Amino acid sequence: MEFPKDKTKISKEDIIASLFDFMEYLFNVVLFLMSKLLASQTVKKIIEINPYMIGTMAGGAADCQFWHRNLGIKCRLHELANKRRISVTGASKLLANILYSYRGMGLSVGTMIAGWDETGPGLYYVDSEGGRLKGKRFSVGSGSPYAYAVLDSGYRFDLSIEEAAELARRAIYHATFRDGASGGVASVYYVGPDGWKKLSGDDVGELHYKYHPVVTSSVEQEMAEAPVA
Amino acid sequence: MECVFGLVGDGFAVIVADTSAVHSILVHKSNEDKIMILDSHKLLGVSGEAGDRAQFTEYIQKNVHLYQFRNGIALTTAAAANFTRGELATALRKNPYFVNILLAGYEKDIGPSLYYIDYIATLHKIDKGAFGYGSYFALSLMDRHYHSGMSLAEAIDLVDKCITEIRSRLVVAPPNFLIKIVDKDGAKEFAWRESISQA
Repeated sequence: MEFPKDKTKISKEDIIASLFDFMEYLFNVVLFLMSKLLASQTVKKIIEINPYMIGTMAGGAADCQFWHRNLGIKCRLHELANKRRISVTGASKLLANILYSYRGMGLSVGTMIAGWDETGPGLYYVDSEGGRLKGKRFSVGSGSPYAYAVLDSGYRFDLSIEEAAELARRAIYHATFRDGASGGVASVYYVGPDGWKKLSGDDVGELHYKYHPVVTSSVEQEMAEAPVA
Repeated sequence: MECVFGLVGDGFAVIVADTSAVHSILVHKSNEDKIMILDSHKLLGVSGEAGDRAQFTEYIQKNVHLYQFRNGIALTTAAAANFTRGELATALRKNPYFVNILLAGYEKDIGPSLYYIDYIATLHKIDKGAFGYGSYFALSLMDRHYHSGMSLAEAIDLVDKCITEIRSRLVVAPPNFLIKIVDKDGAKEFAWRESISQA
């Protein structure tokens, strides 16, 4: 088996790779998740922590909602005490430490914290097992493997905001199509230097017909397809 | 599944760990650093539950630093190993941390050393060791090819043998590994062995 070249030497590829890393950082974090329709009421699966930070919901709705609201309070208090906004790193760690302290007590939270701080865009995965990961893209919840597959197949460093939003929307659509426990509305949020902005909120049922337009077939054709008795 | 292993060579110690962050069937991240640089001359390679790993290693690191600030002298590798074991032993009957640790360090007068500490607070001073499913391959390969006073090139060659074997024989093999070493010049990242990159 061939191993990649020794990484202690800085090669041209390394410089290009770190350049790409930097470019990727310039591009903004785009977030997405679906909202589910529950008893004719729309539940927001993206929680707005403050104008610069949002969190996503998977797992126990009450746990997610409660601890995100709690995190929002802590972030505001940090802002008042320190006269500057909390970093995404700090906020996600605040949440992870709380969840870790309740580990094994039945909390069910799977969340992503996305935001913009002094260091640029940030994205963290935090769960109720106490895990906390920094990364470029995550997918959480029962439909997450379906979404990951679509996300990974279309992801590039240099996606435009529109391309990223469309990729995110499609990932959610395909996840809701295959996962029985996912559905409702695919909301896409964009987080940039001036805070988050909701780009879209599409009913996945309508997205289905957008992605798979109905082709009208003639009656004759339908008859021809009918099995002979 | 998680693999951490390491060995002591001539004037250095090396620790290797996989870099996958896994939750049930999903790989959330394939470039997660599981080898903490404890202080200038100590490495802590950890496998175990994700939350425990982050919390426990940071706790140990901050306490090792605190000792240094208070006393103006760094803990020896042996002292850090005994401290870590003590914390695990105390936690064991209350609220255990599920972490398995390889602690490597270098002292000017003692040279390099490697300690095996598992989640039930076992402590051993060893020349080579491994944790996780990868250990079934790494341990026997190291038993076969290890000899005292290995050069860095020989050690890295052996490490690469282990990684190749794990990748080819282990069903749940992680794709990427990170190698860190500690020698007289300190603890540092040595190389990545990546078979897939996180685009």
